[in-house]
Amino acid sequence: MYFIYIITGISLLISFISSPQKTKKALKIGAKKIGKIAPTFLAILIVISIILSIVPNELIIQYLGKNNSYLGVFIASLIGSTTIIPGPISYPLAGILAKQGVSYSVIAAFTSSLMLVGVLTYPAEKKYFGKQFAILRNLLSFIIALLIAFVFSFIKIDLS
Amino acid sequence: MKKQKLITLKNFIFIVFIFFIAISFSIDYDLGENIGHHFKDYLLQMLIILPPIFILIGLFEVWVKKETIIKHLGEEAGFKSYVWVFILAAPMAGGLLPSFPIAYSLYRKGARLSVILVFLGAVGVGRIPMIFFESTFLGWKFSFIRIVASIPMVIIAGIALGKYLEKKQYKLPENQ
Repeated sequence: MYFIYIITGISLLISFISSPQKTKKALKIGAKKIGKIAPTFLAILIVISIILSIVPNELIIQYLGKNNSYLGVFIASLIGSTTIIPGPISYPLAGILAKQGVSYSVIAAFTSSLMLVGVLTYPAEKKYFGKQFAILRNLLSFIIALLIAFVFSFIKIDLS
Repeated sequence: MKKQKLITLKNFIFIVFIFFIAISFSIDYDLGENIGHHFKDYLLQMLIILPPIFILIGLFEVWVKKETIIKHLGEEAGFKSYVWVFILAAPMAGGLLPSFPIAYSLYRKGARLSVILVFLGAVGVGRIPMIFFESTFLGWKFSFIRIVASIPMVIIAGIALGKYLEKKQYKLPENQ
């Protein structure tokens, strides 16, 4: 997190020394762009906070813990695709699942789809890239999550 | 006209939402309070991540020449482009959402479709902060296998979808 502020600070400084006018223009462009997408981002945040409150972590653990089969992988991918859980929460969650004996392919399906597929971020993705791009990218990413899980189902060694 | 209406609808929903949260807190409605806390957390996270990202996008648009992007990420740039976007994605914070405007700006400067698709995939599978969390809680062997499995898949899927869309003369929305 600090990293991006350091990079931004240094870039701004170099830019300002090179050309104050250009820097001003850059900031204007940034502000205009952020203003354009802000309502969409805000709407997504509202939906995320509602869904995360209705579906607490314990429920996700319960659901994922039940099925260790192909169905489990599929359910895990569906849950991962339709939720947004930040890394600092989702990986400890995955760690708990692993300790409970949930298979690594189910866990891989969950974390991979969480990171690659974004049903909730679809409105923003559509705005930037158009409908077809957004739908096909998410579909392909869903398949990738399943394939990653499939790779893990072949691995017999102890991962922990 | 249509766009104007949409914005008003979003504002309306937002006002209703804020009212709902405010009332929930005043009557101690648990679910509403919970939603409010989640919303505050996510909003703060976005408020921390988005300003520097959009400043960088602004600087990128002003300083980076179109020819540079075309040369390294454009139609003729070849496989090296994918290595570049993996490097670009590695330190990214905040997941998919903040990476959309970055990918969009890259495209506007001349990056080809398959390159921005691979970039979005790289954000999903190859961000160093996430790999750090992952290996802490699931073990480095898990991370290693997942990364080795997902990098080629993300590249192949990105190239395939990019080629398909380019064949259909797909164009991204203007002016975002």
